[in-house]
Amino acid sequence: MARDAISEESMPVLEARGLAKSFGPVEVLSDIDLALYPGEVHAIIGENGAGKSTLMKLMAGHLAPSRGSISLEGETLRFSGPVDAEKRGIVLVHQEILLAPHRTVAQNIFLGRELKRGFLTRDGEMNRLAAAALSDLGAEIDPRAVVASLSIAKRQLVQIARALQVPHKAVIFDEPTAALTPFETEALLKVIRDLRDRGIAVLYISHRLPEVGAIADRVTVLRDGRRVTTRSAEGLEPVEMARLMVGRDVSQLYPERHVRAGREMLLSVENFEVPGLAANISFTLHRGEILGFAGLIGAGRTELMEGIVGLRPSHGTLRIKDRPTRFSSADQSMKAGIVYLSEDRKGKGLLLDKTLATNLTLATLSRFTRGPMVDGRRENAALDKAFTDFDIRARRRSLLAGQLSGGNQQKLLLAKMMLADPKIVIIDEPTRGIDIGTKEQIYRFIAELAEAGKGVIVVSSEMQELIGICERIIVMRGGRMAGEVTGEAMTEDEIVMRATGVESVEEIEGAMHA
Amino acid sequence: MSEETVARPGETRSFGQRLRETDLAGIAPFVALALLMVLGYVVNENFLSVNNLLNVATRCSFIAIIAVGATFVISAGGLDLSVGSMTAFVAGIMILFMNGGYMADGVGLVAVAILVAIGTGALSGLLNGTVTTLGRIEPFIVTLGTMAIFRSVTVWLADGGSIAISSSTMRSYLRPIYTGEILGLPVPVWIILAVGLVGAFVLYKTPFGRHVLAVGSNEEVARYSGVSVSRVRALTYVIQGVCVAIAVVVYVPRLGASTTTTGLLWELQAITAVVIGGTALRGGVGRIWGSICGAFMLEIVGNIMVLSNFVSEYLIGAVQGAIIIVAMLMQRSLMRKG
Repeated sequence: MARDAISEESMPVLEARGLAKSFGPVEVLSDIDLALYPGEVHAIIGENGAGKSTLMKLMAGHLAPSRGSISLEGETLRFSGPVDAEKRGIVLVHQEILLAPHRTVAQNIFLGRELKRGFLTRDGEMNRLAAAALSDLGAEIDPRAVVASLSIAKRQLVQIARALQVPHKAVIFDEPTAALTPFETEALLKVIRDLRDRGIAVLYISHRLPEVGAIADRVTVLRDGRRVTTRSAEGLEPVEMARLMVGRDVSQLYPERHVRAGREMLLSVENFEVPGLAANISFTLHRGEILGFAGLIGAGRTELMEGIVGLRPSHGTLRIKDRPTRFSSADQSMKAGIVYLSEDRKGKGLLLDKTLATNLTLATLSRFTRGPMVDGRRENAALDKAFTDFDIRARRRSLLAGQLSGGNQQKLLLAKMMLADPKIVIIDEPTRGIDIGTKEQIYRFIAELAEAGKGVIVVSSEMQELIGICERIIVMRGGRMAGEVTGEAMTEDEIVMRATGVESVEEIEGAMHA
Repeated sequence: MSEETVARPGETRSFGQRLRETDLAGIAPFVALALLMVLGYVVNENFLSVNNLLNVATRCSFIAIIAVGATFVISAGGLDLSVGSMTAFVAGIMILFMNGGYMADGVGLVAVAILVAIGTGALSGLLNGTVTTLGRIEPFIVTLGTMAIFRSVTVWLADGGSIAISSSTMRSYLRPIYTGEILGLPVPVWIILAVGLVGAFVLYKTPFGRHVLAVGSNEEVARYSGVSVSRVRALTYVIQGVCVAIAVVVYVPRLGASTTTTGLLWELQAITAVVIGGTALRGGVGRIWGSICGAFMLEIVGNIMVLSNFVSEYLIGAVQGAIIIVAMLMQRSLMRKG
């Protein structure tokens, strides 16, 4: 086991002492001590805004520290930039895919450092080396394939292969599994274990705690820009990690399952189709029910919901309380009592460059008028109420929506849509990009909506979250319904089986490498 | 995160915070105007005389009024290149109506002719608006097309020449709209103020104005919030058309004709006025008074060029073209700092 190899005497590859970083008057990172040893996977965990990304950028030379020092193999130094850090063997694998989508795999791996003979590039040689690098990672990817044709998981591997092209001593992964399915994640973790076994030091940043438990040798917890603790990952349960991150007990992440209310039907969807994106969809939603929609990215869940509320053209039957209906705009569906909260908060949910009050009342502005004018006082009163009801935390009322944290943005979006007084609430990816403390609140809001007799549909890629809050989960695959799970059958395995359409783990891994 | 404290009413903020929140882009045009005034005074002492300034204000009225409409179109994320040709077209229709002699009563005829002009302007704007929204064509292309159509139809109506008011009594009825004064201010200046007030009220105070800015800020967010994006967009073009018609009502009394050069390059001047007035071309922010200030500045630049001998006044178009480019560069650097 690699973790046995770490002794107090061996020299850390990369070490931070009293590292701090300020942006203007705000110190986002204070007095961080961190030692990264060869052959260990060291995870950094913390809520959004805890300083994980800043720490990582300091360690990889993307930012210069305000105080403190970084030493590489015992030698204190100052990186002049990411290129300098890379030259010294410290490689950062970014969270976002930073590849040119219309170029080939090999062209991307060698972008900016092409092998040349005279003026000509040596394409054959680069293809051969790219293929070798990818197979080292356990991936069978054609180096001549265009990046845009690859799945997100394969693009991630290409990006890792590119990062590892330079000689490296330490590799930093920034939330590498954010866009991956559980099986793709498992494959990536294997790559990381291989790196560790070759004596490379790995710094692993993630907020997915079970995954951290599976891969890390040691864990450092950050909270509010400070290091809370560094300890061995052995025996460190996810619940305990969450407690350290948040600073209080979060074992009760999901609210108590509410008592089933009257089963009056609110919405019935029959043979519904969003052309080219979802077809043959039939389901019902009852008063007081929380219905989940699971599936892989691209399974058509979001598009189906957008079709239902009139944001996309659709066919089929839609009944609200047995009255057949059909919407061609969000305005109509809102008037009929259905609201949809987009997964894309920044692109479709909120006007980032407008004030909180403007965002809050945008969907229901006609209720905030006095004569022909918008009534600013009533708007402000509504904002005060939203602050209290949804625990929106803003430094000032005059902030712009874009200046709020992800969690507060989601609460604002929720408050905005609840002003329409809906009977049916559809929430798409309710906790994407939200820290764990706020997640708990959002789950509670969802449960309260159901208790108040509303029908709630939750679309999510986080299976745990659906299992935690829903009574029923419909699984979609390729734009169709691939099954429904309830009660005891609501497990990750059951959902993944339906979402991927394959029966066993082996089969999926086989499919991934095909 | 430092934002995790809840805002309280009556909070106090430091001077630095206030300064940082001060809207630089909103103040910049008025600072620039003040600088231009100083420059004007340096060039020619008569520049700052009340007479000269009122003259300048009167002459900029057409562009100022059109720029108020353009502020709506641009802050909703659109663009209207057809305003210059539309001016010639609406002026042509208005004059042809008056020449038709459908009514004997002079004052009544003028009143009806004004209504005809405004109706024509609104319909022309509606044409731009519906083709852009229902046809889902870039407004740049649509209004480039209608720019050619309005111009060409006007030339056709004029049979290649100009359309002039035939009766001199009509001219005398109309003239006060341009040359008259009320309480010491020229009528066109009153009209600018009225259009600006109504425009600012609609854009800043009404739900419709809020929707205009929402559509310009992020069309998708507006759509997902149940705002009828097409309706809002189309209406901004109608407002633009009405503003063009109001400008025509001030313009016709001045020249008494619609000619081949009527409204030439006015789209450039109107858009420049809007941009130097601080409205973002990408939409979402609209500054009515900034646009009016912009139109005033453009006229002052022309005025200074005439009063001084630095640059030939034939180059006025070149100077205005350069101004819009420089204004865009400055706007971008202000945004970055913000």
